Amino acid sequence: MAVNIIKEKSLAKVGQVKLGATKEEGGTRTVTYTVGGDSALPFHHFDGEIANRPIVAMEVQDIKPNWPETLTKHFEGVLDKPGEWAKKCVDEYGADAIYVRLEGAHPDGADKSPDQCVAVVKEVLDAVGVPLIVTGCEVEDKDNEVLTAVAEACAGENLLLGFAEQENYKSLTAACMVHKHNVIARSPLDINICKQLNILITEMNLPTERIVIDPSIGGLGYGIEYAYSIMERARLGALQGDKMLSMPILCTVGKEAWRAKEANASQEEYPGWGDEEDRGILWEAVTASALLQAGASILLMRHPKAVELTKRAIDQLMEDNSY
Amino acid sequence: MGLTGLEIYKQLPKKNCGECGPPTCLAFAMALANGKAQLDACPYVSDEARANLESASAPPIALVKAGAGDYVVEMGDETELFRHDKKFYHETAIAFKVSDTLSEDDIEAKAKEIDGLVFERVGLQYRVQFAAVVNDSKDPVTFKNAVSKVAAVTNITPMLVSEDPVAIEGALEVVGDRKPVIYAATTDNYEKMTELAKSKECPLVVKADGLEALAELVEKVVGLGYKQLILDSGQRETAKVIADLVQIRRQAIKKKFRPFGYPTVAFTTEEDPLAEINQAVAYVSKYASVVVLNTTDKAHVLPLLSWRQNLYTDPQVPIQVEEKLHKVGEPDENSPVYLTTNFSLTYYSVEGEVEATKIPSYILAVDTDGTSVLTAYAAGKFEAEKIAEVMEKVGLNDKVKHRNIVIPGYVAVLKGKLEEASGWNVIVGPREASGIVAFAKSQFS
Repeated sequence: MAVNIIKEKSLAKVGQVKLGATKEEGGTRTVTYTVGGDSALPFHHFDGEIANRPIVAMEVQDIKPNWPETLTKHFEGVLDKPGEWAKKCVDEYGADAIYVRLEGAHPDGADKSPDQCVAVVKEVLDAVGVPLIVTGCEVEDKDNEVLTAVAEACAGENLLLGFAEQENYKSLTAACMVHKHNVIARSPLDINICKQLNILITEMNLPTERIVIDPSIGGLGYGIEYAYSIMERARLGALQGDKMLSMPILCTVGKEAWRAKEANASQEEYPGWGDEEDRGILWEAVTASALLQAGASILLMRHPKAVELTKRAIDQLMEDNSY
Repeated sequence: MGLTGLEIYKQLPKKNCGECGPPTCLAFAMALANGKAQLDACPYVSDEARANLESASAPPIALVKAGAGDYVVEMGDETELFRHDKKFYHETAIAFKVSDTLSEDDIEAKAKEIDGLVFERVGLQYRVQFAAVVNDSKDPVTFKNAVSKVAAVTNITPMLVSEDPVAIEGALEVVGDRKPVIYAATTDNYEKMTELAKSKECPLVVKADGLEALAELVEKVVGLGYKQLILDSGQRETAKVIADLVQIRRQAIKKKFRPFGYPTVAFTTEEDPLAEINQAVAYVSKYASVVVLNTTDKAHVLPLLSWRQNLYTDPQVPIQVEEKLHKVGEPDENSPVYLTTNFSLTYYSVEGEVEATKIPSYILAVDTDGTSVLTAYAAGKFEAEKIAEVMEKVGLNDKVKHRNIVIPGYVAVLKGKLEEASGWNVIVGPREASGIVAFAKSQFS
């Protein structure tokens, strides 16, 4: 019996977002990336075009992070030097982009001023040529100050800034409008709020090609399947022409994966779970790999080996598999 | 997938004789459509109609079973392309290779490792399904010895990997009663392999080069009267394996293309065990019914099995923990008491963080039908009176001397009412579980 290959034709494409700007474009990046643009389900080259490969951004913080040794040993001597830390991620570990998390701005922590935060972002911009993703400390009022300052000081760099949320999107969206950056629209594992927030942001006249969705993933073992299904639904919606679900998706893989007990607990404590080093790396890599299958375009990650594994998986998945 | 009553009615004799039970053919058709009657009850249905109705009502992907006793493995019987449409039913079975070229000691060691791949995590037990003995030696006697050795060490169902019918026949003499998976029937050996599979009623993998050749070979095997099949399109490159797995699933579910209405198997090719797991994650995500691996390291297998478990949970039924007073460490009468809901994800997030405080504690999980704190509160399932009742029910008063209970920060509003209803002092804890360690440090150390 002859096999008639089934091709699912889409009515529309996932939106495209460009990250970073070169000198000619008004920035200082030596490389830029475009994400999204697919007209098929993830890596279904046989259905349509997989326009751009997903990218991996490695996380850099403005204060020494409280990470397990499995992670910190790969960044020895640079964890208090954001510029050098970023450079190591790009030069040695192959990061496509750098994710600067301004945790030090937290009022209950280092409480760094907006100027200090700007200085950190500038330091990283000087150190590397790849695009930057910048988020605050996730305290609304402080982030509005800090991110507005970063947006202004880095005008022209075409950063990706987050997080805009349903109750707090105006200040960041306005800053992105004025200083020409992209915004991360974060919704709490809810496809309706996700769509609503995209509508609210576009109503402020920020074009859809400047918005990236963060669906608030859970890590492996901690609710990842909710994000997986929301992402699949969003992708199906986008392909059917729903513009307000069509933005590329960003996943905070490193943060969520390394929160899990399974990524950290020692073999001594849990002999039944095996060596903690490989287990931790895979906890992050498997979180990334699973979410790639649901349509992630930007992965924010931490462990160099997990990054290497993820990039290798992306290489393989980007190979043409059309019939 | 099923037919409507009217579609079925068209196929019936329309005699309205009532001999089947219901008074009319239409009523009988409705009962059939709802699964409340069997077609056999109608004495007059034509053979042609029977064939039409049976093929239309058959599941799009056959249920195929391997193994015996406690080690039965069910594969296939899936109805969806996306889990959010309903759910995925039969978890991907994980198989581990054991080469018959290894020394006897190494075979034994490997079989023991596979046997030990049982994990306890978040109150669930994760298991693996197959020990795949591979006939790398090409020698039937060596193969039979290896299979015997593995079978002596572990009860995990064997998968017999050899395209040589003589080797399979020998191995079946040893483990045939365990209903192993036979891998594989090819264009060259399918007649003999089908006969062997039939003789012991074992699932048979049909392997061909590409989808077209696979469909042809399946039809030949089915033509020999055997339908306990598993499909292998022969692809080994990640992207192409995924394409074939998706295509097979689509053909079966959307087109009811019979030759592809069976479970599938995928083999990893990556040499680095970590990369191998990553490759397997893609295959588990995209519908493989069986994935065959090399690495048996616990640290590698646990993340993969966790992903499998997550993917195959029912999106409509949240996983729950028991409504009771859970212990973290060895708490005593002075230990802190935390309150949360019985939604597994919520509970285990809290448990993980409470564990990290290194202070032995109690966690009271209240039955909220498996909803998270805010959802439960909004739905009226996490209210003061109810919580006080559960505190009473589990005998909290006798478990600790103090009268302090920590509630989730998101339901701080419950404080007053709960103090009234329970007579306990209510401490408002952090909103997110991630804040518990810092909170406990300031409150309890």
